[in-house]
Amino acid sequence: MSSAAQVQGQPTSSPATAAPDRFYPARRALESVVGPLAALLLSAIGFSVFLLVLGKSPTDFFALMWKGAFASTFSLDNTLQRAAPLLLTALCVAVPAQLGLVIIGGEGAVVLGGLAATVIALPLNGAWPPLVQVAMAIAGAAAGAGWIAITGLLRARRGINETVASLVLAYIGIALFNHLVEGPLRDPASLNKPSTYGIGDANMLGPLPGTDLHPGLAVGVVACILCWVLISRTSLGFSMRVTGGNLRAAQLQGLPVQRLIILACLIGGGCAGLAGMIEVAAVHGRANASLIAGYGYAGILIAFLSRQNPLAIIPMSVLLGGIGAAGGLLQRRMDLPDATVQVLEGFIFVAILASETMQGRIAWFQPRARG
Amino acid sequence: MDAIGTVLVAMIAGALRVSTPFLFVSLGECLTERSGRINLGNEGVLVLGAMVAYATSYHTGSPWIGVLVAAVAGALLGSLHGAVCSLARVNDVAMGIAIMLAGTGIAFFFGKPYVQPEAPHLPALPLGFWSGTPSVRSALEVSPLFFVGLAAAVALHWFFRSTRIGLRVRIVGDSADAARALGLGIDRIRLLATAAGSGLAGIGGAFLSLSYPGSWNEGLSSGQGLMAVALVVFARWNPLHCITAALIFGAAGALGPSLQTVGVTKGYYLFYAAPYVVTLVILAATVRPGRSLRGMPGELSIGR
Repeated sequence: MSSAAQVQGQPTSSPATAAPDRFYPARRALESVVGPLAALLLSAIGFSVFLLVLGKSPTDFFALMWKGAFASTFSLDNTLQRAAPLLLTALCVAVPAQLGLVIIGGEGAVVLGGLAATVIALPLNGAWPPLVQVAMAIAGAAAGAGWIAITGLLRARRGINETVASLVLAYIGIALFNHLVEGPLRDPASLNKPSTYGIGDANMLGPLPGTDLHPGLAVGVVACILCWVLISRTSLGFSMRVTGGNLRAAQLQGLPVQRLIILACLIGGGCAGLAGMIEVAAVHGRANASLIAGYGYAGILIAFLSRQNPLAIIPMSVLLGGIGAAGGLLQRRMDLPDATVQVLEGFIFVAILASETMQGRIAWFQPRARG
Repeated sequence: MDAIGTVLVAMIAGALRVSTPFLFVSLGECLTERSGRINLGNEGVLVLGAMVAYATSYHTGSPWIGVLVAAVAGALLGSLHGAVCSLARVNDVAMGIAIMLAGTGIAFFFGKPYVQPEAPHLPALPLGFWSGTPSVRSALEVSPLFFVGLAAAVALHWFFRSTRIGLRVRIVGDSADAARALGLGIDRIRLLATAAGSGLAGIGGAFLSLSYPGSWNEGLSSGQGLMAVALVVFARWNPLHCITAALIFGAAGALGPSLQTVGVTKGYYLFYAAPYVVTLVILAATVRPGRSLRGMPGELSIGR
């Protein structure tokens, strides 16, 4: 069950007498790249067959997809804007996963983070905008962290399964969000789409200085790098991975397992809450049902596709953002339904997740005695 | 009729209507989980079932054939989940979410032409014929699928308790080691249980498009497939308790609209969340550290 063990726990059965296999780390890194790439290729072939059966041209499709996702500045901006929240919601899964936890309730943290960010911005309207934005980020991250930490607490103190608890809490969080947005916090002027009051144009996050890039992208990439450093370069991250790899060993070493669980949930939830804050501050300007867009669920898949490695989350999010961004162009040019990209994503997810099974089975990638 | 009566009638009517898809999906999820595997993909199965049933009913003119084809389509998607999860190292939680996405994607892709046309619906049983009040009469227009669901719950209970195959499913779900010792084909049994469970979920989807709300569009399902996981915990993996769980979750969902009929428009989202809070309380009250939930299959990945 523990995904951390899958990432880390390669069999190392070379006899102690043999010379160490110097190239094994490189081959192991190569294996973790080649596997998903092969699966990606396979899903592209599978999808091409699907298109051929429907009488559409696969070459046109993939050419248009490239064009709609990466070829122009406009499409690249669109891609990166879609990727930004995914970076953060994937971290909500990947950080707790180091401890072997499967958290699937990031959606609740996203919506509550967005709501908290909006609520804190309302009374501060008119203050110096960077101050408001920092307050929004803190409030959003705190709300998300608190929400996922409930799951962590239930897991650490009561032994309640975190997958079910986080899913149930996501529904409770969304209901709470709907209640507050359509009730006490509603702007009476929002008739068709119940919303809170706006945070004010002055407080909106603009594009990154000197570019047209979505501000959430920088936050997401920095968060991914920080989480990677935390997990693979600090003793705290090491104790998390030890706990994920072997709970008994961690307990025998006296690691504070319960506190580690809660801490990982706080970090992950904070990232998801930040995703909600950025959606509000950079896109919607207020909290409403647009926040319930499934970013939390997409993040789960990206985390698994990245094998819970925070650095791998970056290319995976960009890839999926690109597929989503190309949807509109494909719809217009090839007369395909807008769900086409969803079908393609389904092909990719199933193929990459299934390819996990080949991990460690190909002898060439395995450690060998030099002789 | 006074306000409370109106709310009660509207709530019972809502619960009877809304609970049917919950019932089928939770029964399907219950069967799959009893074999030791979790299927979060039933959300995709539900949407696919709804589309396939609507399209079939439109082309053949018979809604019942639509229900049947929805079950077959659900079972096919479920066997994809079952087959991929049989491979070593594949995570069933992540795979379920991939299936959810793939299923809804395929349904929206092929369902585009069926958003406009009207397909024949399933006939409703007028159980309110004895009452003179129109609101009671319309409240008791119950879909026959509701009774099919009740029968399925009883049948599933009997299947687990009293049949040889049901015992095998339970063994595979509770202890893979015991199953191996008995020479049972673990992967095959789980594959079949997943396929059959998704078949049931597909029928739940057919109810959505052919009975209530009774049309096909992209916003048809409100996440019932994913919620099924919570319902099964609520029902403690007992098919008979799935009926109660479906009725309670359905009634909680129906409370909002029925309060609206008497002019109360605020606060109902909190009632909507109530069954989830109860599920969480059940989890908290019955789990002790180091011991799994009573009734939970031992092999379930979410139990470890």
